[in-house]
Amino acid sequence: MPVFDLATTELRALNQALHALDKSGVPEDFEITNPRGAHAVAVGIDAPVNVTINGSVGYYCAGMNEQATVTVNGNAGPGVAENMMSGKVVIKGDASQYAGATAHGGLLVIEGNASSRCGISMKGVDIVVKGNIGHMSAFMAQSGNLVVLGDAGDALGDSLYEARLFVRGTVKSLGADCEKKEMRAEHIELLTRLLADAGITDVKPEEFTRYGSARTLYNFSVDNFDAY
Amino acid sequence: MCGIVGLFLKDKSLEPQLGALLSEMLVTMTDRGPDSAGIAIYGADQNDLVKLTIQSPEPETDFAGLTEDLRKAGIKNASILPKNTHAVITVSSDQIDATRSALEDLRPNVRVMGTGTAMEIYKEVGLPKDVLERFKISDMSGTHGIGHTRMATESAVTTLGAHPFSTGSDQCLVHNGSLSNHNNLRRELTREGIRLETQNDSEVAAAYLTGEMAKGKNLGEALTSALDDLDGFFTFVVGTKSGFGVVRDPIACKPAVMAETDAYVAFGSEYRALVNLPGIEDARVWEPEPATVYFWEH
Repeated sequence: MPVFDLATTELRALNQALHALDKSGVPEDFEITNPRGAHAVAVGIDAPVNVTINGSVGYYCAGMNEQATVTVNGNAGPGVAENMMSGKVVIKGDASQYAGATAHGGLLVIEGNASSRCGISMKGVDIVVKGNIGHMSAFMAQSGNLVVLGDAGDALGDSLYEARLFVRGTVKSLGADCEKKEMRAEHIELLTRLLADAGITDVKPEEFTRYGSARTLYNFSVDNFDAY
Repeated sequence: MCGIVGLFLKDKSLEPQLGALLSEMLVTMTDRGPDSAGIAIYGADQNDLVKLTIQSPEPETDFAGLTEDLRKAGIKNASILPKNTHAVITVSSDQIDATRSALEDLRPNVRVMGTGTAMEIYKEVGLPKDVLERFKISDMSGTHGIGHTRMATESAVTTLGAHPFSTGSDQCLVHNGSLSNHNNLRRELTREGIRLETQNDSEVAAAYLTGEMAKGKNLGEALTSALDDLDGFFTFVVGTKSGFGVVRDPIACKPAVMAETDAYVAFGSEYRALVNLPGIEDARVWEPEPATVYFWEH
């Protein structure tokens, strides 16, 4: 198993080794030690590799990920799994701002709390947060699913498009054009799958409330003419 | 960007290492802002004595014979300890104002960086490692301190534009962000009689807190008022003689990480700044909440 100790190895050597992996092969698992808050750890992977990072990382860990499973045994800085395309990223601790921003696909699991702007402009990713999320989460989220086992901060889902938001705890406030929606059978089924994918067995999908777009911002309303 | 750090010691046995620990934290943040750097350190309180940290663009000429010139101007028993472009003048506490005005007459190029019974302040243009080395910060001991490495946005890259800013005795502030109502606030504070030296937005924040504390608020209360009265982006780390505070604006774009153990409370713009602190592996590490005041007191 390749082991990269970032206390003694350049970050670039690690990322180049990950980029050199065969896209369709079955690579050996990677282990990364002593990340010490470094930025851009394990970014831009496009191979079905398992990467375990032992320690906390800084900005943009596992950004642009395709296919890989990246596990961080620690906390993650801003922009974890930003623009992920596919694969899975698991943060065992907390994640800072804009986790999963603009991500198109894959699964991001945050076992602790995520701070502000979690899932901002998400475009198809599934995000499961076991703890709480901060303010302005899912701002302008376009598609995908955000599942929160704890509470959500202010202005959840502001200017939301078609992403689905599921919150088990309280929501401090909803953003513009975000509203509570009915949980139908298809949503229970979806949540059951997402919780299972995230390895969560002790929480029932029925405990969640669904939020989505009221779709009033989609088209210009002539009643608002005076505001322009 | 800008990088800010702070360290408030609870364990006295770490006090001799304060300068070294803070220096390491600040150097790690160099790539967040390479324009200029500065640090404020709170050391031992000396009975009835006050320290003025001064700075000069021509230290050899300005600091030479200064004790003698101050004595002639009526400032008795002033002692001066030059450190590169800065010097610490120690005088008895009842002579602080007289010393300030004597300095204005005797050495017009000299700037007072800060005053206080415990605080010393050092800042210059340049990379953190060079600035810290010039002032031998890593040899300093103390109870708490804050540091800043700057990427200038709102005013020029000069020594006076570097952080920390000190606008009151034993008070200092470092700022990551930019304020949008600083011009108006500066006018209001000037009218209240608070003295500002620069056109810098962060200095206005420092002066605002000084003004609020002068009205009788403690550090925590002053920081709470700042959330209402200051408009813009900010993560502040603030020091007073016995206190250490942190506050972020409600949008909280500017990054912040804190760590606490039985031995210290530490602040960094990023976790990287904290990784060399003793016992960090077992520290409680968290991101301070937006619009929430955190403060600790000795």
